[in-house]
Amino acid sequence: MTTIDVFQILLFIALIIGLTPILGNYMNKVFAGNKHFMLPVLGWLEKLCYKFIKVNPDEETNWKKYAIGLLMFNLIGFVFLFLIQIFQAYLPMNPAHLTNISWHSAFNTAVSFMTNTNWQGYAGETTMSYFVQMIGLTVQNFVSAATGIAVILAVIRGISRKSTDKIGNFWTDLCRSTIYVLLPLSILFSIVLVGQGMVQNFNAYETAHTLKGIDQTLPMGPAASQIAIKQLGTNGGGFFNANSAHPFENPTPFSNFLQILVIFLIPAALTYTYGKMVGSVRQGWCIFTAMLILFIAGLSISLYAEYSSNAVIGNLSHMEGKEVRFGVANSVLFSVVTTDASCGAVNAMHDSFSPLAGMVCIINMMLGEIIFGGVGAGLYGMVVFIILTVFIAGLMVGRTPEYLGKKIGAFEVQMAIIANLATSFAILVFTAWAAVSSYGLSGLNNAGPHGFSEILYAFTSAAGNNGSAFAGLNANTLFYNLSLGVVMLIGRFGVIIPVLAIAGSLAKKNITPSSVGTFRTDNWLFIGLLIGVILIVGGLTYFPALSLGPIIEHLLMNNGIIF
Amino acid sequence: MKTLIISLKIFLFFTILTGILYPLFITGISQLIFPAKANGSLIVSNNKIIGSELIGQDFDSIIYFTSRPSAVAYNPLPSGGSNYGLTNKKLKETVSERKKQFIAFNQLDSLTEIPSEMLFASASGLDPHISFKAAMLQVDRIVKARNFNDFQKQKLLQCINKFTEEPQFLCFGEQRVNVLLLNLEIDKIK
Repeated sequence: MTTIDVFQILLFIALIIGLTPILGNYMNKVFAGNKHFMLPVLGWLEKLCYKFIKVNPDEETNWKKYAIGLLMFNLIGFVFLFLIQIFQAYLPMNPAHLTNISWHSAFNTAVSFMTNTNWQGYAGETTMSYFVQMIGLTVQNFVSAATGIAVILAVIRGISRKSTDKIGNFWTDLCRSTIYVLLPLSILFSIVLVGQGMVQNFNAYETAHTLKGIDQTLPMGPAASQIAIKQLGTNGGGFFNANSAHPFENPTPFSNFLQILVIFLIPAALTYTYGKMVGSVRQGWCIFTAMLILFIAGLSISLYAEYSSNAVIGNLSHMEGKEVRFGVANSVLFSVVTTDASCGAVNAMHDSFSPLAGMVCIINMMLGEIIFGGVGAGLYGMVVFIILTVFIAGLMVGRTPEYLGKKIGAFEVQMAIIANLATSFAILVFTAWAAVSSYGLSGLNNAGPHGFSEILYAFTSAAGNNGSAFAGLNANTLFYNLSLGVVMLIGRFGVIIPVLAIAGSLAKKNITPSSVGTFRTDNWLFIGLLIGVILIVGGLTYFPALSLGPIIEHLLMNNGIIF
Repeated sequence: MKTLIISLKIFLFFTILTGILYPLFITGISQLIFPAKANGSLIVSNNKIIGSELIGQDFDSIIYFTSRPSAVAYNPLPSGGSNYGLTNKKLKETVSERKKQFIAFNQLDSLTEIPSEMLFASASGLDPHISFKAAMLQVDRIVKARNFNDFQKQKLLQCINKFTEEPQFLCFGEQRVNVLLLNLEIDKIK
């Protein structure tokens, strides 16, 4: 590693720490319904929305109604996206004359974009028309992120309120997060990206006559507007097949740095918003610190693995599946951030990473996408772990578990366990199924333990709603399209519904004033306990699976054994 | 039922806002301030598109600098990498094959250390760049193939220097040379 590499990483961390209170404070004002500087600019849009849908923004509902609204809205998004894909050829804005998409691939993609996963079994430039990319995929990029924010807002209200069953208005939360947070940031970011060379047009694909004398078709399209929200909303679905490794999707090292930065931007800032809204900024910073420690640990292991020499390729700098303008350090940084944050965009091919660096990606996703995590989703996933931590800590010292004045009862712990088990169940059962079936194995690009890692990665990515891949696996088959689709649904709604139930149950409770006997959740001891619970509950579950994949591959590689 | 109608309406609202107005707005602004970039940074000469500054091309002629290996042979439909893992036999075989080829093609000493980007395929398959060192290793072969004299060789070296980009703003990314732009420039050396 060079000084510049280290500098970029430190700058990244410093900027995330610096921007967290700024954006976090702004979001607090937005979501609390207070005055903020974007109100005069975009306030009319919010009012227009309420007028159009005929909803009173201040009328709140209980958690069940909130959940039904959320599910209904997501279902409509799914149906619309599914339909425009299977009828793509009859729709406008299709200069490359792309054909209708198979029903199972359309199902997979519609689920994938609705659940903020953005797993892609298809190659964008040869599959999706501008119409589908723009009116289908870009919209889901926004609203799936907004859905994540809505859920964490409901959780925050559940914690900070007392003796009520109201946890907010889903439509208001959806509107405010899209209009005041996601949209302005996307506008700003996409213009910067075009300035770096990203394409943004509706032209037909251009044909270049190369110096060698052959034709090269250059895909075009409204890429920048989609890429901006793809990164900001931790979506990750590429406009082009190579995702953020494609020169049109990530033209320069600076565009790359910004893309990495904005993945963490909103999830990190939400910890501050959380602190503000539950009445203790310190609580927010504690969560932030736990996330930052886990991020730095993963990054260090990954950097070490990618810079180590090994028995297969010797001490060559490891450039398979990496771009020259990014080099090793920026590829590793991107991979750790994108898997921490359930983004899933990639600027290098994770399949070609060394086994341990690939394993860091898998573990980041297995822990439940809570290291900053998806927009909103990371933080509500973290709240699940916090509930488990106070419960376990309560058992150890023999006190009633309590978090921010709320007594944690059997119901909350049950729901937290369901949320936790839903994803582990989906990952392990489906991986096992694929690994012993001929249709599961036929998609493999690599033999030996790395082939198993490809399958494990796919289902982990789907369950964590990440969307990145060991892309050698050919997943555009009936089996993978359907099974991964189901896993994405479990990973999304199998967590959202229990979490909303927790929010509803907490809102009904009274707030007990803190006393000397209260177990503190805003100090280093708690941060340590939280990390411990995350690693044990989240991590140990998967140790056997990991040892069959990346761990054994690492050991074999160091003995020069290849397949 | 009420929820269904609200859902439909708000979905329509967001589809118009974020799916139509937002991309159109960004396209309008981009075409206004960065028209060349928004349209793909195309290189046009004699009304013909030669390529894009950002998208690499395949070069197999001895008079040109060669690009990195590509898993898609620089055909952008679709882009992608090899996705070979480190323990994949094919990767090791391909790498040693490429090493031999690069050494033979550029008539280098067999012990020469080859920059690794020339042995490994890129992520996009369209990587437009190679390292400065990889460019320098190809100079002698090109000078010989083009029958350049010392003065012309000096010019060639100046071209390499001109197209060597340092890390952006001195702190982002890696030093790199754009192969297509470099090859277009050396065609101009008289």
